[in-house]
Amino acid sequence: MKRRQLFAVAAAGLLLAGPFRPAQAEDVVKIPCVCELSGAGAVSGTNYRDGAHIAVDEINAAGGILGRKIVMADMDTQTDPQISRALVQKAIDDGAYAIMGTVYSGSTIVNMMVAQQAGVPQFTGSEAPNITAKGNPYIFRTSSGAQKGVPALTAYFKDQLKVGKIAIAWVNNDFGKGGHDVFVKEMKRVGIDLVADVPSEQGQADFSADVAKIRQSGAQAVFVYLNEEEDARFLKEAKKQGLAVPLVGEVTLTGQKVIDLAGGAAEGAYAHVGLATSAPVPAIEAFVAKFKKRYGRDTDHNGIKGYIGVYAIKYATEMVGKFDRKALAEKLHGLTLDASKYPGMLLTTSWDKTGELSRESFMTEVKGGKQVVIGTVPAN
Amino acid sequence: MAEFLQVLFSGLATGSIYALAAIGFSLVWQAAQVVNFAQGEFVMLPAFFVLVALHWFGWPLWAALAFGLAVAVAVLGLLFKRLIVEPMLPAGGLPLIIATMALSILLKEGTKQFYGAEAQPFPSLFPQSTVRLGGAVVAWQDILNLAVSLAVVVALTLFLNRSRIGRMMQATAQNPAVAEILGVNTKRMVLYTFLINAALAAVASVLISPVYLAKFSNGETLGLVAFIAAIVGGFNQIRGALAGGLLIGVLDNLTATYVTTEYRAALPLVMLIVIILWRPQGLFGTAEGRQV
Repeated sequence: MKRRQLFAVAAAGLLLAGPFRPAQAEDVVKIPCVCELSGAGAVSGTNYRDGAHIAVDEINAAGGILGRKIVMADMDTQTDPQISRALVQKAIDDGAYAIMGTVYSGSTIVNMMVAQQAGVPQFTGSEAPNITAKGNPYIFRTSSGAQKGVPALTAYFKDQLKVGKIAIAWVNNDFGKGGHDVFVKEMKRVGIDLVADVPSEQGQADFSADVAKIRQSGAQAVFVYLNEEEDARFLKEAKKQGLAVPLVGEVTLTGQKVIDLAGGAAEGAYAHVGLATSAPVPAIEAFVAKFKKRYGRDTDHNGIKGYIGVYAIKYATEMVGKFDRKALAEKLHGLTLDASKYPGMLLTTSWDKTGELSRESFMTEVKGGKQVVIGTVPAN
Repeated sequence: MAEFLQVLFSGLATGSIYALAAIGFSLVWQAAQVVNFAQGEFVMLPAFFVLVALHWFGWPLWAALAFGLAVAVAVLGLLFKRLIVEPMLPAGGLPLIIATMALSILLKEGTKQFYGAEAQPFPSLFPQSTVRLGGAVVAWQDILNLAVSLAVVVALTLFLNRSRIGRMMQATAQNPAVAEILGVNTKRMVLYTFLINAALAAVASVLISPVYLAKFSNGETLGLVAFIAAIVGGFNQIRGALAGGLLIGVLDNLTATYVTTEYRAALPLVMLIVIILWRPQGLFGTAEGRQV
């Protein structure tokens, strides 16, 4: 008798709960963040995630996307491409509408196929050129690829610094290889002699030989294309060995984290950045202040990438008028979001048919322990 | 020539820090027959003790360094011996090796949870300026790192060879049974060895962290290099571990500068294989004798 009663209660419970569950699911839209929260990419991934969460909270406070609240789950890839692939699959199984991440190119190249097969739009912080060259209609950048960023520096080396001999220190992963190949081609094109080509491993701690080799080469400037922590170690070693030529980077070298880690050694380093936290743009200044207030630390450009990625999903979805993954991806191809009309984008941003992104960018220098914008590079 | 000198000096400075870790490694092996696979983490961790004192307690650098050394000796020396080595040792060498591997994971992941996954800046102990020596530009930091490391090694050698306790430690390492019959408190001598190992690791940690930055994963490379340095130099000799550490530091820099940067990480492993095939007791090691 008891067992039958129990069965009846359970059945009634199931019947009652049944109609409510889908209704709850309808109220939210899942946009998980598959990011590098530990391992070599922790700095980038954590900022990306935190920037995205600010956008999520703002959008939810203003009523969500088409009336649905965003739910953002954090998934830590540990900077491991295979784990990132499994997590993207898990995010899709959990019903993701779109996916934020990953930031490290080596992970994105591996996991974006999973999102592509499932038809889920993915907003990556990665910058390796080959990511948008694979014909994946569901991948979208939140910052320009290296094939756009690195050539922006060519004029700087040739006309501003007027160097004839140059060296490159690059990290031997997908991000580094992508930038390295574009850089070598660009230097050849403008006739600057590449006198030292120095690859290093991801997570490398000792850069003494790398710097010594560059010193020996007689290079008049160095292009430093490393990830944040390695940037800091390289700058420290360059200072230690008295390497007195301009150190120029793309994106990471003048980032706040690098400045914090390298201390005085970062002083005077230059970098072209797609997004500068120090840009004299009121919307960016407001975001940077919001980030600092909420997390008690400064963000780098990855925080901005995460923030605008979520807003891009919101704006494009509202243009489509429904939650349709395929329509969202189609809408974004060739779309320009004007920052004056879509303030969450911070800067006017366009995507081409490959998911590649265009917007104005900045030349920066480290002065007095801060990244300072010294010039603007128009969108290319 | 100037460049060669510079590369050589930089390699010696890094190598001397490797040597400190390697010496601790071989000391512990000789005193207690323990192969400590958490040695890399022993070098990683004291930098975080110093950072805790600096940023959480707001202490000045000298006090934070003293705190780091004291906590390292207590935790990585005393507690390591009492809580892990002593209970495990009767079960034999293999379980203990596995235990040190587990300890290495625990320390690494614990640091990550406790202090975060990001690299942390570590204050520099020495001036950041350079000096010209025979045409080569050498950093004061390199000179002083080398000087401190070598001073520690010389002091340790003098302690072991000239002091009463040092000789008792050697006797314990060579033949614990006979040493005990002769009235040596062998248990205490083994404890001293663990304390010295922890202190060496702490010194290596504060010397290397200003350049490497303090990060939970630093021990992976350092542990491997210390292990290889100890094997290459000779597992049962202090001078062997010293030579092994210096050799790896210098060869790494010379290879990366003059041969290839791509395969520099493979060099210590190639060296290890060659030494094991050609001279398994290591460059300075003796085939059977055991000596602290």
